Amino acid sequence: MNWILSAEEIHSGDRHRVGGKGYALSLLARSGFKIPRTVCITSDTYQEYVLRTGLRERILLELHRKDFKEMRWEEIWDCATRIRNMFLTKPLPDDLAQEIRNGINDRFRGRTVAVRSSAPEEDDAQSSFAGLHESFINVAGVESTLKHIRLVWSSLWSDAALLYRQEIGLDVEKSSMAVVIQETVAGDRSGVAFTKNPNDENQGIIESVYGLNQGLVDGTVEPDRWIMDRSRNTIVSHTPPERKHWIIPSQNGVRLAELPVEKSAHPPLTPQEVNFVFKAARQAEEFFKMPQDVEWTYEGDSLVLLQSRPITTLGSGKPQDERGWYLSLHRSFDNLKNLRRKIEDELIPGMIAVAESLSAIDPVGLPDQELAAEIRKRWEINHKWVNIYWADFIPYAHGVRLFGQVYNDAVQPDDPYEFIDLLTNTDMASIERNNMLVDLADIIRSDEQLAEKLKRDDDAGLDAKFRSMIDEFIEKFGDLSCAVTGGKNCVLGTGPLYRLLLEMADHPAQTGGRDKKDRINRLHQNYLNSFDDDQKMWAEELLELARSSYQLRDDDNIYLGRIEAQLLAAVQEAKRRLAYPSGHQASDILKQVLEDVDFGTESRKSIPVATATGDKLQARQLLGQPAGPGISRGKARVIRRHSDLADFKHGEVLVCDAVDPNITFVVPLAAAVVERRGGMLIHGAIIAREYGLPCITGIPDATTLIQTGDEITVDGYLGIVTLGDTGL
Amino acid sequence: METDKKFRLRLGELFRSQNLAALSTHHADQPYASLVAFYASNDLKYIYFVTAKTTRKFANLTDNNRVAIMVNSSTNQISDFHQAISVTAVGKAKEVAGADKEPILSQYLAKHPHLEDFARAPTCALVRVVVASYYMVKNFQTVMELHLEP
Repeated sequence: MNWILSAEEIHSGDRHRVGGKGYALSLLARSGFKIPRTVCITSDTYQEYVLRTGLRERILLELHRKDFKEMRWEEIWDCATRIRNMFLTKPLPDDLAQEIRNGINDRFRGRTVAVRSSAPEEDDAQSSFAGLHESFINVAGVESTLKHIRLVWSSLWSDAALLYRQEIGLDVEKSSMAVVIQETVAGDRSGVAFTKNPNDENQGIIESVYGLNQGLVDGTVEPDRWIMDRSRNTIVSHTPPERKHWIIPSQNGVRLAELPVEKSAHPPLTPQEVNFVFKAARQAEEFFKMPQDVEWTYEGDSLVLLQSRPITTLGSGKPQDERGWYLSLHRSFDNLKNLRRKIEDELIPGMIAVAESLSAIDPVGLPDQELAAEIRKRWEINHKWVNIYWADFIPYAHGVRLFGQVYNDAVQPDDPYEFIDLLTNTDMASIERNNMLVDLADIIRSDEQLAEKLKRDDDAGLDAKFRSMIDEFIEKFGDLSCAVTGGKNCVLGTGPLYRLLLEMADHPAQTGGRDKKDRINRLHQNYLNSFDDDQKMWAEELLELARSSYQLRDDDNIYLGRIEAQLLAAVQEAKRRLAYPSGHQASDILKQVLEDVDFGTESRKSIPVATATGDKLQARQLLGQPAGPGISRGKARVIRRHSDLADFKHGEVLVCDAVDPNITFVVPLAAAVVERRGGMLIHGAIIAREYGLPCITGIPDATTLIQTGDEITVDGYLGIVTLGDTGL
Repeated sequence: METDKKFRLRLGELFRSQNLAALSTHHADQPYASLVAFYASNDLKYIYFVTAKTTRKFANLTDNNRVAIMVNSSTNQISDFHQAISVTAVGKAKEVAGADKEPILSQYLAKHPHLEDFARAPTCALVRVVVASYYMVKNFQTVMELHLEP
């Protein structure tokens, strides 16, 4: 089998073997367009690799863990991460590697190359995979090229590609990938040309940046943009950006750098060059007989075409299509740095200040009319912050994912989630809250009289020091009553907090077991050692950003919870007055406002009832994602409504729909955590990792198939929950 | 969510698509496995197979009627790991004789017509397994159980 074909060796029968991009390049070369030296690693090579290494079935097992339609985007991202790691850690079989090594050495003789995806599915003009699969430029050395071929292959299974295949109904089991390898053209000006503007078919578009194209493609460098008149091949308009950065080659790859001042004052292309680029792109359109998206670069005065593909529009355009939103969560390092500044300097202080200013007004002292206005105001404030949460805090969580990918690429660990250990032991608000609970429980454990007083809810009998600690806790985190008695119907009071403390005090204090400092230091050093010297500072900065992103993933909910608590306090006061009305008219005002802000009547989720007679269907083993290593056994405590938390006992397994940071105070009591919602980076998984508890996420029917009191075993290594004992 | 109805549909589909099952019997603490051609009743309460009365499996189940019987959709391909479904039934086995035998044997032979001579031989027994429970494995590690009312 010939695994490598030069552009000149590719014939029409090879179209499926070399993919859309490879085939288009071969046609351009034959027709006299200038392209870089190009070879294709055929899709047979991919098939050979996945078959011989066993990856084919491992990928399919990964994808069939649960029904794809039931997977949240986060789970698809996790799935893609695990698959990517399989490719990273599984080298090509020796003989196959040697053949490709020889082929690359013969053709490129040590010169750096671009390694680009070329999926056969891209042949189909109806299904453009533009930007969904990965490409790497300025790759130096044959071993690095072999690694990047595997990375391009793995992008066949990226979250974006998986979502897209699902949307257009392509069979993932038949997916394959060819790879284009091109000699690096160190272009000093690059760009893309769309021969037809999707918004106006009489126009075309040219975009251009200084340096290499990567910054334009991934959105980190803003391009100059020209709108072209198709019929006259003339410039209609030019929109210059603020030219600040460019992408330039670095030791093994590329890096973002400040654009020299003398360049920033001028567009990368002269008007004549703009026309020349557009003309070349139109020739490609004529040649392929359909509008083209052409990537090009200028090497000195010579225009080189890097690739050409048909223009298609991504996404179904349906309003309910959330794919675009999910994919917008892939943020660049620079974008995340800006977001971090906004969140840390502006949003978090803003949230704290809002919560404090709201707490200064005691709803109890307000007349009915003012109370109604206060509820409305608090509802609007809460609503505004919930929107900010989705717009800024959720995207910031991508800092952890970006770090995860960089870590895995650099370190190539066996466990694709090893990187999380470098992010834990941060000062998360939920951990600070739980540590305060542990301190309070320690005091109760050693003071029987105090325990007795708490059991009797004897607030007056508490000594001043303990009471002030309780007050400090409540001031910071609330009295937990809303978390325990249920958001909308919560009844304020210290009872739930005391019961939790008594339950904690009733059992030996946690002995820690989380002293991971040595391991973390080792991982940290190993991570930094995986980078060239000129990249180490960037790697350190990225780790720091990821730690902040990881911490905020939990903290933002705590801060949001404080604002919501102020809304709930006002709502509770209104409900209290409605229960004991003093004036008919006043009640109507309060009733109305509660209905307006959807706090009228509590809706409760229905709980499925098991059939009492006849045949009985039950789960024995449930498969989810292994989100926290370890194995534990205990009685299940299924949280179907907040009030179920009140009964949580030490040593039970927390089984819930979704762990909210405002309820993670029970986690230190738990033997393990099982969650319906899937993902490795969700709150349940994060807090379980912090406490070293086995954790499984993404079991679709966890809260219906498991009942409170069921004996269950949680295998956090394999992601398997086993119900009952070994007998039949 | 897996429901009783979905579970039964999947089970029925599997039983219709497969001809052979692995039967597990035991004698004096020694398990023993054999391949049998099976037929399952529509209500899924019974699984039938035929066997020569001189066989080890027949001796075993006569001695101890507790058996397990496994049916699966594997095709000896690597894709079995994510595609195949396997079902184990546990229950009690007993030879069917007398007036009951013919109508069931007819249904059995409708599925396995090539076994006509074998099944009708006087030394061959029709065996009924009254199923107590089914254990279905799919997605490599997901296991659901259906316990039938006795």
